Amino acid sequence: MPTEHRTHTGAIELADGDVPAIRFQHVVKRFGDHTVLDDLNFTVRKGDRVTLIGPSGSGKTTILRLVMTLEEATDGFILIDDRPLTHVEREGRRVALKEKHRTEMRKRIGMVFQQFNLFPNMTVLENITEAPVHVLRRPKGEAIRRAHELLEQVGLPDKADAHPSALSGGQQQRVAIARALAMDPEILLLDEVTSALDPEVVGEVLGILRDVAANTDVTMLIVTHEMQFARDVSNRVMMFDGGRIVEEGTPEQIFSDPQEQRTRDFLSAVS
Amino acid sequence: MIDTSFWNWDHAWAVLPDMLWAFLRVTLVVTIAASAIAAVLGLAIALVRRTAPRPVAAVVTGIMNVIRMTPLVVQLLFALYGLLAIGAEVPSIAIAIVVFGIHYATYMADVYRAGIDAVPRGQWEATVALSMSRGRTWRAVVIPQALRATAPALGNYVISMFKETPFVSVIFVHDMVRTAQLYGGEHFRYIEAITLAGLLFLAASYPTSLLIARLEKRLAY
Repeated sequence: MPTEHRTHTGAIELADGDVPAIRFQHVVKRFGDHTVLDDLNFTVRKGDRVTLIGPSGSGKTTILRLVMTLEEATDGFILIDDRPLTHVEREGRRVALKEKHRTEMRKRIGMVFQQFNLFPNMTVLENITEAPVHVLRRPKGEAIRRAHELLEQVGLPDKADAHPSALSGGQQQRVAIARALAMDPEILLLDEVTSALDPEVVGEVLGILRDVAANTDVTMLIVTHEMQFARDVSNRVMMFDGGRIVEEGTPEQIFSDPQEQRTRDFLSAVS
Repeated sequence: MIDTSFWNWDHAWAVLPDMLWAFLRVTLVVTIAASAIAAVLGLAIALVRRTAPRPVAAVVTGIMNVIRMTPLVVQLLFALYGLLAIGAEVPSIAIAIVVFGIHYATYMADVYRAGIDAVPRGQWEATVALSMSRGRTWRAVVIPQALRATAPALGNYVISMFKETPFVSVIFVHDMVRTAQLYGGEHFRYIEAITLAGLLFLAASYPTSLLIARLEKRLAY
């Protein structure tokens, strides 16, 4: 049994020599006067599937955006594999790291967006091979082969030459998942990936993500309103409110036996 | 005998070859060459304003405003006499092409800027999520999408430029309109030549505008 405490600070005890995939240390994020995240601390172990739940505006999406370096923390430190993501402490001061370092760190992280964000000027195949070829410098033939495999995996083997505009929302999101996986990320961020989809295609997208979770050891950080999906896929759930972790634990603990009133209120509101 | 008729076909036929020659040699050459300069330089200006360090971008914006807030005719004359003053012998047609090109580049730069601004934020975020380089982001994602949105507006500037080419006559380039005036002066008949000039402009710009409208439809995603 892994040693794990249910705490209110998000601190998790790691086995000796176990390097966490993601670690937030006293992270603060403010937009103007508005504090979105307030002294946030938590650790995600390698291979963890962590779902962030909580009312909108509680800072869940901001956490994913910070990890993807789409936003920069106002204060505190984020570590990926125990290496600083954007800032490091030197002689007691918080120093920003160079863009080159950030790019290297980013390559380990993939993200799937609520609005898919496929490149409309490229075909499906080009969307998937663009970064492997031009960022990871993989041979083009190899990247194309892998893209076809991934398209097979997401159930769109015959859409390689289509443009995104010719695809339904559900199909576009499946391509976006393939595009993220083509980079072989160690960490996959899923930001409300079914929120923009018609209800009847939500299942197919979640099904693919369940397969990814079952067949890979990628670390996942998930923001979703699909509680059943959170239950099925994640091994940890963190309940957020007001930029702080209210409660965290296994899906069974959180969904079946929440300890905090705010968690109970939230769960009864969404179910 | 004084010809008092409004229209005389003899004069129309007599001036037509000179008009067509002026159309090809001046109007078309200036429009095409200056459009090419404006399209490339305009994009360069838009990119510098978006990506260069602030002082550089500010200088470029300043120059751009000066060019846009002074008349094209003044710029043509300034270039002609400025070059003469420093003893540079540049053919007038070349001056016309470069001045038209730079002048319209300042307008096209704004069209490009609007096109770049119209690329959704999610597209930029996707390039970050894929660790794409700045250069690759511009080349493979932003510029192709911006161009698609701007092609029709750029085409409309080409038509405007085409219609303003008669200004080249101030630096002694004989375009269609100047040719018409010279013919009129010689034969005391202006109406045929000047009407032909107008019709030739119309014959070229109307199909072009239709083409742009079709392009606009084809380019929509």
